[in-house]
This record gives sequence, C-alpha cells and structure tokens, in this order.
Amino acid sequence: MIPATFDYVRPATIDEAVAALADAGEDAGQDVKAIAGGQSLMPLLRLRLAYPEVLVDLDRIEALREIRDDGDAIVIGATATHHQVLHDPLVGEHLPLIARATATVADPAVRHRGTFGGSLAHADPAGDLPAVALALDAVLHVRSARGEREIPAAEFFVDWMTSALEPDELLVAVRVPKLAGPGWGVHYEKFHRTAQAWAVVGVACAVRRVNGAVEDARVALTNMGPAPVRASAVERFAEGRTISRDAFRAAGEHAAAGTDPPADLHGSSQYRAHLAKVLTARALTAAAGG
Amino acid sequence: MTEVGTPRRRSEDARLVTGRTRWTDNLQPAGTLHVAFLRSPHAHARITGVDTTAARERPGVVAVLSGADLAAEQGSLPCAWVVTEDMKHPAHPPMAVDEVRYAGEPVACVVARDRYAAFDALEDIDVDYAPLPAVVDMERAVQDGAPLVHEDLGTNRSYRWVFENGDLDAAFRDAPVTLERRYVQQRLIPAAMEPRAVLCEPDGEEFTLYSATQIPHILRLMLATVTQIPEHRIRVVAPDVGGGFGSKLQVYGEEVLCLLLARRLGRPVKWTESRSEGNMAAHHGRDQIQRLALAAEADGRIRGLKVDLLAGMGAYLMLVTPGIPLLGAFMFPGIYKMGAYSFTCTGVFTTKTPTDAYRGAGRPEATYAIERLMDELAAELGLDPIEVRRRNWIGHGEFPYETVAGLTYDSGNYEAATERALALFEYDKLRAEQADRRERRDPVQLGIGVSIFTEMCGLAPSRVLGSLSYGAGGWEHAAVRMLPSGKVEVITGSSAHGQGHETAWAQIAADRLGVPFEDVKVLHGDTAVSHKGMDTYGSRSLAVGGVALFNACDKVVGKARVLAAHLLEAAEDDLEFTGGRFSVRGVREAGATIQEIALAAFAAHDLPDGVEPSLDSDATFDPGNFSFPHGTHLCAAEVDTETGRVRLRSYVAVDDVGKVVNPLIVEGQVHGGLAQGIAQALYEEAVYDEEGNLTTTTMADYLVPAAPDLPSFTTDRTETPATGNPLGVKGVGEAGTIASTPAVVNAIVDALRPFGVSDVPMPCTPERVWRALNQRAEPEESAEPGAGGGLGSAGGAR
Amino acid sequence: MPRIRIEVDGTTYEDEVEPRLLLVHHLRDRLGKTGTPIGCDTSNCGACTVLMDGLSVKSCAVLAVQADGRAITTVEGLGLDGTHHPMQRAFHEEHALQCGYCTPGMIMASIDLLRENADPAEDEIRAGLEGNLCRCTGYQNIVRAVRRAAAEMRAPAPGQEVTP
Repeated sequence: MIPATFDYVRPATIDEAVAALADAGEDAGQDVKAIAGGQSLMPLLRLRLAYPEVLVDLDRIEALREIRDDGDAIVIGATATHHQVLHDPLVGEHLPLIARATATVADPAVRHRGTFGGSLAHADPAGDLPAVALALDAVLHVRSARGEREIPAAEFFVDWMTSALEPDELLVAVRVPKLAGPGWGVHYEKFHRTAQAWAVVGVACAVRRVNGAVEDARVALTNMGPAPVRASAVERFAEGRTISRDAFRAAGEHAAAGTDPPADLHGSSQYRAHLAKVLTARALTAAAGG
Repeated sequence: MTEVGTPRRRSEDARLVTGRTRWTDNLQPAGTLHVAFLRSPHAHARITGVDTTAARERPGVVAVLSGADLAAEQGSLPCAWVVTEDMKHPAHPPMAVDEVRYAGEPVACVVARDRYAAFDALEDIDVDYAPLPAVVDMERAVQDGAPLVHEDLGTNRSYRWVFENGDLDAAFRDAPVTLERRYVQQRLIPAAMEPRAVLCEPDGEEFTLYSATQIPHILRLMLATVTQIPEHRIRVVAPDVGGGFGSKLQVYGEEVLCLLLARRLGRPVKWTESRSEGNMAAHHGRDQIQRLALAAEADGRIRGLKVDLLAGMGAYLMLVTPGIPLLGAFMFPGIYKMGAYSFTCTGVFTTKTPTDAYRGAGRPEATYAIERLMDELAAELGLDPIEVRRRNWIGHGEFPYETVAGLTYDSGNYEAATERALALFEYDKLRAEQADRRERRDPVQLGIGVSIFTEMCGLAPSRVLGSLSYGAGGWEHAAVRMLPSGKVEVITGSSAHGQGHETAWAQIAADRLGVPFEDVKVLHGDTAVSHKGMDTYGSRSLAVGGVALFNACDKVVGKARVLAAHLLEAAEDDLEFTGGRFSVRGVREAGATIQEIALAAFAAHDLPDGVEPSLDSDATFDPGNFSFPHGTHLCAAEVDTETGRVRLRSYVAVDDVGKVVNPLIVEGQVHGGLAQGIAQALYEEAVYDEEGNLTTTTMADYLVPAAPDLPSFTTDRTETPATGNPLGVKGVGEAGTIASTPAVVNAIVDALRPFGVSDVPMPCTPERVWRALNQRAEPEESAEPGAGGGLGSAGGAR
Repeated sequence: MPRIRIEVDGTTYEDEVEPRLLLVHHLRDRLGKTGTPIGCDTSNCGACTVLMDGLSVKSCAVLAVQADGRAITTVEGLGLDGTHHPMQRAFHEEHALQCGYCTPGMIMASIDLLRENADPAEDEIRAGLEGNLCRCTGYQNIVRAVRRAAAEMRAPAPGQEVTP
C-alpha cells in the first residue's frame, strides 16, 4: 500500500527542525510529524493509519545521533539507531540492559534504520524500549521553539501510542543514569509468539546483588497496559531478600499489580497477567544470576 | 540413466539469484494503466449507492467503475466442481453489484496513470452500505433461523455429500472402545510470497493476460467462458510465479476485471495486490469443524470410523471450493484397515473470504483427524502410539489394497519407513527422557508426536474426476521438439511456480533422449507455447506431467528409430539405443546419434515413405489411479508448562515418494511442506471478529514463521516405486504439510497427558496450551483489536 | 518535488520525486530495477531488502527522499563483473530457493549478516534472518547456504573472485 501525500522538510540542525515543527504546526495549523528512521511510521503511512501533512526528517542532523558519557549518566541522541546503540561501547559498558533489549527489537534491517528516540517517542506499549527507559529512570530531553524541558520516563509515556510530547516538541536526547555501584545484573525477558512478533509481555529488569541479597531492583513491564508499567510492588518485595528462585517466584507474584493488560490476538488480559508473573520471576533470576 | 536420481542444481536459479526475473509486476508495457480496487469494509451489507464522481475528477484517473457499471459484461466467476446435483451455487460477480458478502470483496475500481494515483482515488469513492448480519460461526449458520449469507438460497447449506461403506452401526454396536472427538481445522491464509498480480495487454480484439497463476490453461478457458471472449483470442501467460500453494489455483475476479478493463480502455492494465489486500481477498484454506467417532476392539484394532464435517465455503463457491473437503473424504481412514466407514460433509456459507485449495487440500484435514484419533486410541488403551498404528496399518505384503474408502493403494511399505524414522529419531532415548522429566516434574515437559500418513496425489485419473462431478479431466500433456541443431525443447502443460520443473523435466528428457542436460530447454506457462495442459496442483506435476514427458520422449525415440534403421540400412529390431546413439547390435561403429537423426529429419532429403519431416512428438498421460506417497514423521516438542510455549526440539521425516528424479528438489519440497504444516499447528490462523472483520490482514498479525521459529529437520527416504506409471514416481509437494500438523499436535498433547490434557486447539498458541493446562481458568475473552500494542492493533512497527 | 541523487548498483540517478515515494517503488518503477520485489505492507517479509551505504534496509520502509545522497546495492548489483557473489552461488548450490521471490532480500540480508559475523553458527544465522520470510524452503537450506558462503568468503577458493 501507498502513503498519502505530505510535504517534506529535511532540516540540517536541531534549531531548524524545531523551527520546522513550529512553522508547520503552530503557524500553518498542519498535522506535522517528525520522522527519524521511520521504521514505526512507514508502515502506518503505508496502511494509511497516519496522515501527517508535513514530515520533518531528522535523518541528517548529526548532532541528534551522538552517544556520550555525561558523568553519572549516558546521553543517547534521539536518532542514534538501534544498530548504533547495540555496537556502542558506552552503552555496552554502562547500560547493558538497553543493549539486551535493543537486540530483541525487530530484525537487523529494521535496527539499521530504527532509532532509540523514535521507539520512545512512538510510545507503543508493545515496544521493548519504553519499559527499559522506565526501569532505568531515564530522563527525556525535549526542545521546541518555546524552549527546553526534561521529562522523566515515568511521566513521558502517557497512554496508548501517546507520549507527553507536544506537537511542536522534538525529543533530542535521552539521559540514562548509569547503574551505580558494583553487583548489577540485567535482563530483558521478551515473550513473543514468533521471532518477528511483538512482545506479548516483556520484562525489563536490573538487580543489584550484594552479599547474596537484593540491594536494589528495577523492574518494568512491556505491553501490560496502555503505557509501560513500573512493577513497583515487585521491586519492593524483592529488595532486601536473600536471592533464591523461590524469593523471585514470590516477587513475580506481584507483577500484575497495578497493570491493565490489553487483550488482543496474541493474548488475553488474564493470560498476560499470568505471563507477567512467570516472566518477572525468570527475569529477576536471570538478572541476579548474571 | 544418469540424470534421473541426481541432485542436479536447478537451472531456474540463475535468474532468481540475480534478480533477472519476470514477475508479473515487473512487466510494464508502454502505456500501462494501473488498477486499484476499493473493497468492502463490511462482512455483509447491501450496497445502496456508489458515487464515483469525485474520484473520476482526480488528475491521472482514466476510469472509475463500480460493479453496476460492469454488471452487463462481468459474468459470474466459475465453480468447476458441482459436487451434488442439488448443490446451492450462488452467482459470484467479480465485482459486487448490490450486496457484499465478505470484508474485502471488490466494490469499485480506479484505473489511473500510475499506482499512486489509482490508490489515492479510492478514497474519493463514496459507497453507501446498509449493513446486514454477519455469519461467522459455521455451527450457528446451519441452525434454523440463522441469518443467511444468500437470502435467495433460503439456507446456508451449500450441499451435503455422503460416502458410506460397511456396516457402521454394527461396528459401533458393543464396541469395546469408542471415541468421540471434535477437531477444528482453523482457516489459513496461503500467503505465497509473491502477491497476486495481473497485466492484460490488448491487441485489437485479442488479449494477452499475464497473471501470477498456477493454472494458465484452465484460466484461459474460464476467462473465455466468463467474458464470452472467444478462447482463441485470449492468451494467458504465467511468467515467473512466486509460489502458490493452491492460492493461485483460482480464477479470480481481478483477473476477469483486468481483461474487461483492457478491452474497454484499449490499453494495457495492471493490478498488483498489497499483502493486506491479499490476506482479505485471495482465497483461504482449511476451515472445517470435524466431528469424529471411532470404534475399536480392546486390542486397538479399528472397527469403524464416522466422520461428520462442516466445511466452510466462505461467501461464494470458487473454482474448486466445494470439492476440497471431498479430497479428504477418501483419506480419513489413512493407512489403516477397518470394516466400516461413513463420511458426511456439509458445505456451509459464511460471510468470510471464500475458501479453496491450500497445500494438501482436504488431505491434511483428514490426516490430522485420523492421526490425532490414533493417539487418542493409544492413550485410551495404554498402548504405545506406534504399536496401535502397527496393529491397524496395511502390511507391506497386503498391497495392492482396497481401502474402506474405496481407493486402491498400489504400493507402500509403512514398516520400513517407520523403522527408519524410529532409528533416526532415537525414539527410545526420548521416551526415557520424557519419563525422567515427568518424574522430576520438570516445568518443561517433553512430548513425542507420531504421524504416519499416506495421501492420494497425482491428481488425477480423469474417469475418477468425472465420477466425482469435477468439471475437467486430470491428464497432462508434454511435447518434445528435437531442433535441427540437436538441441531439445520440451513443452509441458504443467505450470511451475517454484517447483523446479525446468530442471527435473530436463533431467527426464536428457536421460530418455540421451542428450546432455544443458541441451534441453523446458517451456511452460504460456498458452501460446504450451497449447494444452491441466497445470500444477495436487502434487500432480511429476506423477502426471513428468510421465507425459517420459512418454513423449519415447515417441521421439521411436520415430528416430525408424529413421535410424533407414539411414543405417538395418532392421529396427536390430538397433539398440544407448547414450543418445543408435547402433546396430553387435556392430558398435555403425551408428547415428539422435542429433544426427534430428538434422536428417529436418533436411528431409532421405526419409522413408510415410515418415513426416522433423523429429518431435506429443503425448498426454492420464493415470489409471492416484499415486500414494506415504511417510512416518516423528516430532519431539518441549512444552513450557508455566508459559505454554512450545519449542520443537527435533523433527524426523521419512517419506516414501517412490522413485526420485531429483533428490535435492524432493528434500526441498519436504522442508517447505513441513514448515507450512508446523505453522498450522503452532502459529497461523485467519481470525475474524464477531462482525466478520478479518483481524489478521497483515504479516504482523498473521504469523508466518521465520527461520528462528522452525527447527532443523532430519529427512530421509524409503523407496517403494509407484506401480501406476513407468517412472515409479508418486509426488511430493504436499507430503510434509499433510504429515507434520498432527505430528506436532500429538507431541504437545503427549507432553501434557499426565496433566489430564487430551487436546489443544490449533494453532497451539502459548495461551491455548496454558489454558489446556489450567482448565479452570476463565473462558478466553474475545480479543479487542486496538486494545493492545503493536502494529496488529493499528500501532506502529517496533 | 524534491530532487534526489542516489547511486544504485554503481550508477548515479538524479530524479524529482514525490516525498511519499517509497524507495522500492523508486527502484522498480522509476529506475527499472525490478530485481527487488515487494512482499508486504508492514516491513515484515524482507523481500525488498537492499543495502544502503552497506547496511541492510527494507526498501519498502524507506522513502526515496531519505535515500538521497546514499548508495544502494540491490541483488542486481552483486557480481557486476560477470561473476556471481559467493552468496548467490551458495544459494544455488544448497538449493536455498524454490519460487525465488524472497531470494533477493534473503541474499542481501545474508550478506549483511556475514558483514557482522564472518562465521555464524546455525542459530545465529536463523536469528540474523528473522526479518526475512520464505514460504517455500523451511529455511533449512538457506541456513546451509549462508554457512557455505561464509566458509568460502573466509577462505576464497582459488580462482574465484569474491566481490564484497
């Protein structure tokens, strides 16, 4: 199928991009959309499930691609591709959970084009990276002609395919705190029906292990609600416990608390709630054992 | 014989690995216009108005037509298989005129200068619909008072077809063991990788129609019948065709409409479907509800089998829609002996995409039923599933064997294939591991699935097809032309779309004619070149078309023998023909090659009286019986009892397809067949919601397995030659698909039997497996498309 | 309409295109490069996979304008010197294709796979090709072909040209 017509601008700088969003949106009243790798947007355009009037292509803004060390955090440029993230030594060293989850996103060709920031801005509850950003307390840096702001991941994912971004705002970078201290293990447990299929449920998990007990646990769930869900009850239960399979199984029992899992072709709400518990236990075990 | 039996690398590959292909969508004659179809968003509705004004005014739009605009000329799409005299057979206009009966049915079309302009204009066509009730559930559709798909027919039943043999009542009366089961063969989407595409080029009152079709010959005849354009003014070409699996064994409305549009506009018109269009509007497969009853002795010997089917036709009867379940009618008894059998099939209309042939066509459904039942019987009696089969199968010494379904199996050796499969599979070792995991209460349980199958293929003897009221015969044609230079053209009526005919046919001809493989060119898929044929489906190409070629070669050699005798001044009986050369017996130096004879026949300077110039021949072959490939398939499945996920750990397939022309191609066919059969067991289902909307319109939701989703297969063969043809071949195209589905489900159920599970409906999704294990769980909620994430629910890609 | 300049299989093309034109339609309908087919709407099937600046992409999920200034390699650009790429040879030798519709994308994805991993194990090959669907082969011979090509590309057979 074939996209509907749209106007196209390809700014060279962030300022130009922000201006383009403002011009088209605020001033001309057009439905404007930023496109980075386009791996989420292109199928929507082809199926005519999205009809933007203006596309602002971020592809040539080199400054948006940078991944850098910022002391206690890594800053990932919004249009760093999944492929770039996977191969980036800073990510590999300080944010292995992101690397793990990114390796499960789609397939190699899609990862060559698709971007870290794009996956977050798209706010698909079945996407793998929003839960990871949530688990790691990432902060999203946003710019518009009106200025800059920082949005914590916990406030960024608002609803089904809806982020806190205003139409004129551009996600420019994501600041992800390094996991502080020794003893961290991470895991992303993705459960899908075929290799290509979206996660029925996913669990992003980081566990800090000190003297055989859980010192710190970060757990967030993919596709357990209209937005990624922080499994706070699991975290609270796990923290301080001596590491054992039984302890994690018991922790997993809290995974469905506060979730609102969808029902679709690939799983009912009830099944998703069950899966979340099993997979959370497994993710904790894998992370702590690592 | 040096070529036949050799794993010759395929000649087709050269163009396919370099992209120098001729897919229909690649063809773009000057002046080509592009067609786009507007399709019904409703499962069932009356069309109360179509306004094409705005669409026609768009730039680049040449024509916009509704069904009403074409009503006078579009005719009705054919059904060539009137299975009973009183079969209800509704009219099927290529484009809906006043009522739509499935979501995706074409209601209007745009013809424009390019595909973008055509697609854009669809949005400006205004169609008014008055919705009618959808009919989505077959069991409800046949109840009194159910809403009707075709009001004028007065019923949703298309036909009821019955076969009975033996005294079934006696078989069930006082039977020590009886089983009753209900199995559902879910709807499948064939999903050939190449979407459908049609290009029709007019030349005055004559038309060349290129189509991604399996059946250029049948299509030509049917296009003539539907449109009243004389058959000799239509040429159909199937250029490179990217897979079919039955989905391109069809006469599609879009093919008829492209022909009519080319005639109306006097310009080439082309249509290429999108995947989501294809999922909705290319025919589906399977869709049966099977009610089964089996009676057996206490030792497991089967007394009788009763089969009662509801077969989903979808909204209309297409080319062979009603006949598909009947292809299974003869296969429910499988490889087993029994005294009584009854089969009843009710064809049911629903407001869904029409069904028709999909790889195996009726036979996978039948094989699934009997092979699942055999496992249930084994469980009931506490027997090993192999043992219960052994007690019932037709012994090697009993062939030819007339089955209770009235077929005569000419040959087979189930013992040999099974023995080989058990050895390759390490059956005993896996059973030991299974016992250990059960003992340990391992959350991952192991199951072993058995499927021992046969199928009727080589469709088909014309007389049998006639007795089943099929509209045509089942013969095939081949021609051989020796060119003056000694090169050879082979023409086949079988129309390849991935099978490798260009290679296998050349191997057969090279051997029979004694010429180099490279000197043979195989021509097919163009009615102007291959003037008659019955095309490719039902694992018939080699077993019918290959044999026709074998016979055509022998005719050429026969004529060459006459000429050689004349040239060598010897009696024909004194000539021997080896390695492409005739020589006088005992006098090796006096001889003539077949190439020399071809030149002499071309020059015609010195031909015996009554012998016509040129060295060529035609042959048709009409088999006297079907052929009966068989095989033993074993599957080991690991089932995660916590999540319901199934992982196939090993899969052994030992098939007996008779003599083999090209073992490479045979192995490839088995691999691909297994993939599709496994996909039915685990992944694929065309899902409709209660309003009759197909919710699996994209590949994000209709889960065709990728490489990580399938195991590596272990394949082997036994070889029991078919007796019905001189090549000894049986056919292989559908074997893997037929055998593998029950093997996988049997493995899953075997893993879960200690938990009280005796069935998991297909596809055995993780949730369904989990539900089977936790039967107290709440009933499955109906899916709410749009509620979840992911593209399938109108979200975005990753 | 934007004017774009794309190098495809060694030839540079300049065209004015609608922004919405898909790269794959640009290749097929404007440039006549029909070796790259289209199999779906949702970038699941991978039939249209090409290399863009050396990395595999699905050309149905890239706008032609996004390819401006880039170099595209399609299956038609392999072995332009008259020889076949080792991957093409391996697909032929191992009978890794039947209908051949997925083959151009499968070959391009396989070449990309070996760029990252010169000696992949079977499960790595299967995972690496997860974005490419084949309906005919069951993938087993494709896996064999990739292993064969990998072996040949690590140690080219004498007299056989290896094109990148």
